[in-house]
Amino acid sequence: MDALKQELKSKIIEVLNLEDVAVEDINDNDALFGDGLGLDSIDALELIVLLDKEYGIKLTDPKEGKTIFQSIETMAAYITANRTK
Amino acid sequence: MNKKVAITGMGIISSIGKTVEENFTALTEGKSGISTIENLETIHKEVIKVGEIKITNPELEQLLGLSPDNNFSRTAMLGAYAAKQAIENAGIVDMNEYRTGLISSTSVGGMDMTERYFYDYFEDESVQKYITAHDAGDSSHKIAEYIGLTGFVSTISTACSSAANAIMMGARMIQAGKLDRVIVGGTDALAKFTINGFKTLMILSDTYNTPFDNNRKGLNLGEAAAFLVLESEEMVQQQHKKVLGYVSGFGNANDAYHQTASSENGEGAFLAMQKALKIANLQPSDIDYINAHGTATPNNDLSEGRALIRIFGENTPEFSSTKAFTGHTLAAAAAIEAVYSILALEHGVVFPNMNFKTPMEEFDLVPQTTLKTKKINHVLSNSFGFGGNCSTVIFSKN
Amino acid sequence: MKNCYINGMGCVSAQKTFESGFLEEIHLNETENVLFAQQPSYKEIIPPAAIRRMAKGVKMGIYASTQALKEANLEQPGAIITGTGMGCTEDSEKFLKAILDNKEEFLTPTSFIQSTHNTVGAQIALGLQCKNYNFTYVNGAVSLESALIDATMQIGNAEIDSALVGGIDETAAHTIEMFQLNNSIKKEEDKPYRVIGSHSKGVVFSEGAVFFALENRQTETSYAQIRDVFTQNILNPNQAQAFITDFLTQNDTTIDQVDAVVLGYNGDAGFDHFYDAAGSVFEGIPQLYYKHLSGEYNTASAFGLWMASHIMKNQEIPAVVSINDCRKEHYDTILLYNQYQGKDHSLILLTKC
Repeated sequence: MDALKQELKSKIIEVLNLEDVAVEDINDNDALFGDGLGLDSIDALELIVLLDKEYGIKLTDPKEGKTIFQSIETMAAYITANRTK
Repeated sequence: MNKKVAITGMGIISSIGKTVEENFTALTEGKSGISTIENLETIHKEVIKVGEIKITNPELEQLLGLSPDNNFSRTAMLGAYAAKQAIENAGIVDMNEYRTGLISSTSVGGMDMTERYFYDYFEDESVQKYITAHDAGDSSHKIAEYIGLTGFVSTISTACSSAANAIMMGARMIQAGKLDRVIVGGTDALAKFTINGFKTLMILSDTYNTPFDNNRKGLNLGEAAAFLVLESEEMVQQQHKKVLGYVSGFGNANDAYHQTASSENGEGAFLAMQKALKIANLQPSDIDYINAHGTATPNNDLSEGRALIRIFGENTPEFSSTKAFTGHTLAAAAAIEAVYSILALEHGVVFPNMNFKTPMEEFDLVPQTTLKTKKINHVLSNSFGFGGNCSTVIFSKN
Repeated sequence: MKNCYINGMGCVSAQKTFESGFLEEIHLNETENVLFAQQPSYKEIIPPAAIRRMAKGVKMGIYASTQALKEANLEQPGAIITGTGMGCTEDSEKFLKAILDNKEEFLTPTSFIQSTHNTVGAQIALGLQCKNYNFTYVNGAVSLESALIDATMQIGNAEIDSALVGGIDETAAHTIEMFQLNNSIKKEEDKPYRVIGSHSKGVVFSEGAVFFALENRQTETSYAQIRDVFTQNILNPNQAQAFITDFLTQNDTTIDQVDAVVLGYNGDAGFDHFYDAAGSVFEGIPQLYYKHLSGEYNTASAFGLWMASHIMKNQEIPAVVSINDCRKEHYDTILLYNQYQGKDHSLILLTKC
């Protein structure tokens, strides 16, 4: 699980082009959207593709992302439970 | 007092017909043009529906009488086809007899060819002719060339409000006395580029689009072109022209909220409608029919609905989105909907908002779902695009 | 009719023009057929959350527009009107490549969103929270001129007091390769690339963003007044002279009253004769060029306008932009003529404030 979390952090930084952010800057329970990392709805769509491409999880409704992408913690838990690759 | 801007001709090609008459018949008989893709290769073929014009590129070339060595993109061909109809409808014989302009609009221009030959260009010399057909302006140059126009030619690209803005600029140039007449409108062909683009935004419906319905699932893309001929009042009188209607008001505002999504209270849409009513010197109660943008995405219909309520209160005049018929034709949308608005004025009909079943939970707005006959003097048409671009045009009988 | 003044400018180009000053540091490059724009530091003016998604064109546009507004001391322009010939090519290519290379799978929205032609105008509006009129013209070499016609019309008509108008075009790798393929860009063997007296076809391709803050009032920062802008889609070479003289007549200006003419020579031997014809109207009058500094792109004429505005304000012509040796005591009226590949002809008439 910890390895997955680390992997997620570095992938998010890479995919979302967060130039000024390092893996260490993101805590597992930090909010990814809003006040935390400050991601927005376009980022949510990018993360949906990340789930599909890297872990074989397909979301059809962007609203589902809201709960899944709350934090690295929630994301990792969802991936662990639902991954197909 | 602003000078009057008369509409003396119109032409259209869409998934519901390749003439104004065919489009009118489909609208009144409730015949939708949404179908499965035939003319384009895409892996999404089976999962999405589109408003595709069932005429292939070779067939279009033949319809237009183009030579085999032409390098018209599909966007340019659709545009040329509709523009030609418009000038014929306006009875223009000598294109350059007066100061005549063309203001077209497109979202992706010749992307349909670029995406086909992107890598082939380096191996196949015979397709290299399409390299210069890529940029948006090329489609307008082709249309001008096809109709023999020399003069002011420009193109607007503000995503899905583009054609409304072309109408606006054309009307302004007539009012300012810079042109005597101007052909305005827009053209967009279906492309893998836009299909996949909208797919990534997760706003494509997997079935028929249902504007203003509580259970709407997104939009169907479409392709189309339409053009209007606008002329000054002096030209109309001098030549005893038949007038189809007038462009009486217009407004553009920016939502300044998000790159693609509309604000929750529909601020940009509200401002655009407000400006247009002011220019037309009309009260909201003067509007007899609203041709809504109504793309059937969750975001648009909510935002637009709220803006409508802010302008019209809970007693909105009859409104409908015609996108259930045509799909969302992007830059051409406001042009085909301008044609529909003028047809509504001419025939005194409100076109139905098809596929509507359940009112949205957020408000009590219910679109007109059946064909309705009534006296119509003023039609308000909305078009909104990415980048917060919000436009309203008002068409009037007198 | 209200007058329209250029009260602020911002310029990102192949030269180091992004700071204030006028062509103080010039680099003439005759050995490369693509000139890339000198990039300023963007971090100071664009927040990190926004910059991470921006392609070069958007950044250049935001930078140049910020400079223009700052110089004019204008916070909320009455309109934001941009022109771009090719649009956001970098992101268009990126998205299209992803579609083709991944067979329409695993695509993400960012580059699609950023590929829309009105992205720059929209992002400026978003940054300024400016809810006013926002248009984008995309008609080859008259994209900027269309925007200027729109702005001057609305300012003239007193619909708005001010407008932010700019031209933006960016280079992108695949587009450059395609333009090399169809010989729009000069070949290696045609070196050195000269703009005046060139015998080879094609151009030295480039990119840039130039913005103008226009207002209906003259201020301390005013450069010039835009008297008129006119465009025409096509022209026969033998019509070029009449095209110009008719325009001057319409503006009650005689040829003798023109103190300098700025010609859009780009070294394409196939089409530069339009400028030769135009130049022959103005014997004994200072003739200027600029595309040896800016390179050619659809909105390069914005660089020409930026240059002419500086000359008007400074009342001095830098030797590096002169075609002939003529000089005048005053530069009160400057005419600009541009076209690309025989299409999209434009004229701009500037007068002293």
